[in-house]
Amino acid sequence: MHMADALISPAVGATMWAATAGLIAYSAHKVQEVLNDRIVPLMGVLGAFIFAAQMINFSIPATGSSGHLGGGMILSILLGPYAAFLVMASVLTVQALFFADGGLLALGCNIFNLGFFPCFIAYPLIFRRITGTAPAPSRLGVAAILAAIVSLQLGAFGVVLETVFSGISELPFRTFVLLMQPIHLAIGIVEGLVTAAVVAFVWRARPEIVNAAGAFQPMVKVNIKKVLFGLLLVAVITGGALSWFASSHPDGLEWAMLKTSGKEELESATRVHAALSSIQAQTAFLPDYAFKQDAMRPGMAETVPVEDQPADKPAWPAVAPGTSVSGLVGGAVTLALALFIGIALKRPKVEV
Amino acid sequence: MNKLSAQFLDIGYSDTLAGGNSFLHRLDPRAKLIATLAFIVTVVSFDKYAVSGLIPFCVFPITLIALGGLPAGYLLKKVLLVSPFAILVAVFNPLIDRQVLVRFGSLAISGGWVSFISIFLRFVLTVTAALVLIALTGFNQVCLAMAKFGMPRPFVVQLLFFFRYLFVLSEEAQRMLRARQLRSFDRRAMQWGTFVSLAGHLLVRTLDRAERIYLAMCSRGFDGRIRILRRMKIGLPETVFVLGWVLVFVFMRFYNVPSHLGALITGRLS
Amino acid sequence: MSHHIVETAALQYTYPDGTAGLKGVSLRISHGESVALVGENGAGKSTLLLHLNGYLTPTAGQVRIGDYALTPDTLTAVRRSVGMVFQNPDDQLFMPTVFDDVAFGPLNLGLSGQEVERRVAQVLETVGAGHLSKRPPYKLSQGEKRSVAIATVLAMSPDILVMDEPTSNLDPLSRRRLIELLKTFKHTKIIATHDLDMALDLCERTIVLHQGRITADGLTEKLFQDEALLRGSCLEKPLRMQQCPVCAPRKKHPVRE
Repeated sequence: MHMADALISPAVGATMWAATAGLIAYSAHKVQEVLNDRIVPLMGVLGAFIFAAQMINFSIPATGSSGHLGGGMILSILLGPYAAFLVMASVLTVQALFFADGGLLALGCNIFNLGFFPCFIAYPLIFRRITGTAPAPSRLGVAAILAAIVSLQLGAFGVVLETVFSGISELPFRTFVLLMQPIHLAIGIVEGLVTAAVVAFVWRARPEIVNAAGAFQPMVKVNIKKVLFGLLLVAVITGGALSWFASSHPDGLEWAMLKTSGKEELESATRVHAALSSIQAQTAFLPDYAFKQDAMRPGMAETVPVEDQPADKPAWPAVAPGTSVSGLVGGAVTLALALFIGIALKRPKVEV
Repeated sequence: MNKLSAQFLDIGYSDTLAGGNSFLHRLDPRAKLIATLAFIVTVVSFDKYAVSGLIPFCVFPITLIALGGLPAGYLLKKVLLVSPFAILVAVFNPLIDRQVLVRFGSLAISGGWVSFISIFLRFVLTVTAALVLIALTGFNQVCLAMAKFGMPRPFVVQLLFFFRYLFVLSEEAQRMLRARQLRSFDRRAMQWGTFVSLAGHLLVRTLDRAERIYLAMCSRGFDGRIRILRRMKIGLPETVFVLGWVLVFVFMRFYNVPSHLGALITGRLS
Repeated sequence: MSHHIVETAALQYTYPDGTAGLKGVSLRISHGESVALVGENGAGKSTLLLHLNGYLTPTAGQVRIGDYALTPDTLTAVRRSVGMVFQNPDDQLFMPTVFDDVAFGPLNLGLSGQEVERRVAQVLETVGAGHLSKRPPYKLSQGEKRSVAIATVLAMSPDILVMDEPTSNLDPLSRRRLIELLKTFKHTKIIATHDLDMALDLCERTIVLHQGRITADGLTEKLFQDEALLRGSCLEKPLRMQQCPVCAPRKKHPVRE
C-alpha cells in the first residue's frame, strides 16, 4: 500500500514530508541520546533483514493466498520505537529509489503510514501494554496481532486520507475506506502472526540476543503527547500555509499564473461555478457523499456521473473540441521532439 | 531465479550504472538531487486533468538518460513493470468520473479517462526521474547529499549500513531459499512454518552479524561517530545545471508548449 | 615501543550460557614473533583472539599487551596497537566504498584529511588493492575483500596483527598471494587457522589448543611431526609433510600389474 507520487498533490506531499522529517529528526536525536553505540550497525543490518524478508512470500494457511513480512512491528520489538522508525524510513527510501515503490514526494506519506503508526502508536500503546516486561508466548502473540492490525488499519486509513485530500483520484472517501480497511484487516492479522512467530522463534533460540537488542526491557519512555503535539503543530503550519496557497484556489501554481498573465479569468470563474453546481447536484442526488464537500477542495466534487448534472451546465473545465485536437497534435509533436533530443544527445552505453 | 535474486541483481545493476563517467555522473550529487526534487514537485503540481502540459516534462529524464549514457530500454521496462498502487487506484477514475470532458468529433472522452491518463503520465515521469537520479548518482552519494542538506546523521549512517548489508543478507537469504527449493520439489509456495523458521534463522544470523560488525568497528577506534571523508563542491557546472533545469520547469509549467505548438500546426493546416 | 609482548596468565572464560570457552590459558609471545594458533573447531581459538583486543573480558586471569594490563582504561590504547582481521571480511568491510572503509580507522584516530588520504593510498598499495579504492565492498572478490580487510587494519599502523582464518574461502592463487604478503610484514603476528601448510610457511612457532587448554607450544616443524598430538587435537599433518602419493614408494598398496 505504498502511496505514489502520481496520486498526491504537492500540498499533501509537503505536509507529510514535514511531519516525517520532524519525526526523523526527533528519532535520530533520541537514538543518539539514549542508546548505545552497538545499535548503529544493528539498525543497518536489521533494515537489510527486513528488506530481504519482505521479498520472501509464504502461503497463508487455509486461504490459498500468500503474504510477506511487513516489518514495522518486528523492528519496534527488537529496537524500540525510535530506532525502528529510522530503520523503517530507510527501508522505504531504498524501495522508493530503486523499485519505484511510491516515489520521492510520496516517501513522506509512506514513511508516516508504515513507520509512525507501528512504532509510535501500536508499539507503545498496544504491544507493550499487553506484554509488559516478561511476556508469556500467548501474550506475545495476542499483542503482536493486535498491534499489527491497529497499525495497518491506521496506515491504510492514512493512505485513504492522503489520497482523498490530494484529489487526484476520483475514488470517494467512503468507497475507498470500504475497499482499504478490510483488506488491511487481513494483512494485519497475517503480519501479527508472522511477527509473533518470528520473535518467539528467535527468543527461544537465543534469548540473550533478543534481550541484548533491548526488547522487553523497561521501555525508554515514548512521550506520545510530545510527539503528537509536535506533529500537530507541523501539520497545522505546513498544511495551513500550503492549503491557503494550493487548496483555496484549486491549484496554487496555476492560480499564481492566472494572476500574472491575467488572461484566463474566465475559466477560473467557470470552474467555481461548475464546482458549486456539482456540489449542489451531489447533495441532491447522492446524499451519502455530502459530508465530503467540507473535507475536500472543490476540485474533488466532479464525482457525479454526467446524467446527474443539469445538461445545460458547462462541464468543467470547459474545453472546446478545437483546443483538444490541437493539444493532442501538440502533445505528439512535443513527445517526438523530446525523443529526438534524446537520440541526438545519446552517448554510447555504459560498459558494464 | 526467484524474486529475491532478481531484485538484488537489479539494485546491483543500478549501482553499477552509477559508476559511469559522464559529465552528469561527475556533477555534485546535491545538484542532481535538487533538480530531481524540483522536477517532481513541478510535475505533481499540475491540475488533475492536465495531460498535454505534462508531456514536455519528459525532456528532463530523456536528456539525462541520453547524456548519461543510461540504458533507456532497461529503465523503461523497470518503470512499466512495477506494479503501481497508483494505477490500481487510478483505474477507478474512468468508472466514477464519466462526465464528458473532451470530444474528438463523435468520440467523447470522459474526465475520468483524462485524469487516468494524467495519473499515468505523472507516474511515469516521477518514477523515471527517481530511477535516473539513482542511476546517475548512486545510492551512497544520494545519502551523503542528504546528509549535507541536514538529514540527521544517525539516519544517514543507518541508510549507508543498510545499503551495504542489503547485498550480504540477500545472498544469505537466497542461499536458504535455494536450499529449500531444491528439496521441496513441486510445492512451490512456502509453508507458513517453513517461512517462520527461515526468517527466524535469518534474523538470528543477522543479529550475530551485527555483533561482529560492531566488534570490527570497535577494533578500529569506533567511538559512536561515523566519519566519512568526502569532498563535495558546488561549482559553476552545478549552478548552471540546477538553475537551467528549474527555469525550464517553470517555463513548461506556465507555458503549455504542446497546445501552442498544436495550435500553430493545426492553424497552418486548416 | 619495542616490547610488543602479548601475555596471558591463567586466562579463563565462560560464556553467558555456561559453556566454558577457555580453561586457563597462559602464553607469552614476544616482539616480532609469528605464531600459529591451531586446534579443532570449538577449541577456543577465536575466544582467545577476542580477548587480545579486549572484546571479551576474562572470567578469571589477565591479559597484558606491551606495557599495559588490559583494563577498561587501557582499552583504547590496546585496540590501537592490536590490529584484528576477522574471519569474514564482510563483517569487517562495512563502509560504502573501499576508500571509506580503510579511512574509517585513521579518521577515528583524529588524523587530518590529507594524512588520511595519504595513508589509505599507501596501505592499499601495500596489499595490492590501489585500483579498488572507489569500489563498493560487495563488488569485490573474496581475495580482494581479504586484502582490503587487511588494509583497513594496517591503516591503523598496529604493532601486533591478529588474524582469524585468513586463508579460508580463498582460491589457491589468492591464498598464495596472501601468504607472500603476510611474509613481508614485520609485525608480531598471531594467526588462528586450520591451514597448517600456511602455518608452516608463516609461523616458526605454533600453539595447539584443545578444549580450552594449551596442549602444546613449540616449533612448528617439530609439532607437526607429532602425529599423536595432531590426532588428539583433530588435526593432521600438513599435506606437504604427508607422503606424496605419486612419488613416494608405497608399501601397503603394491601397484597392480
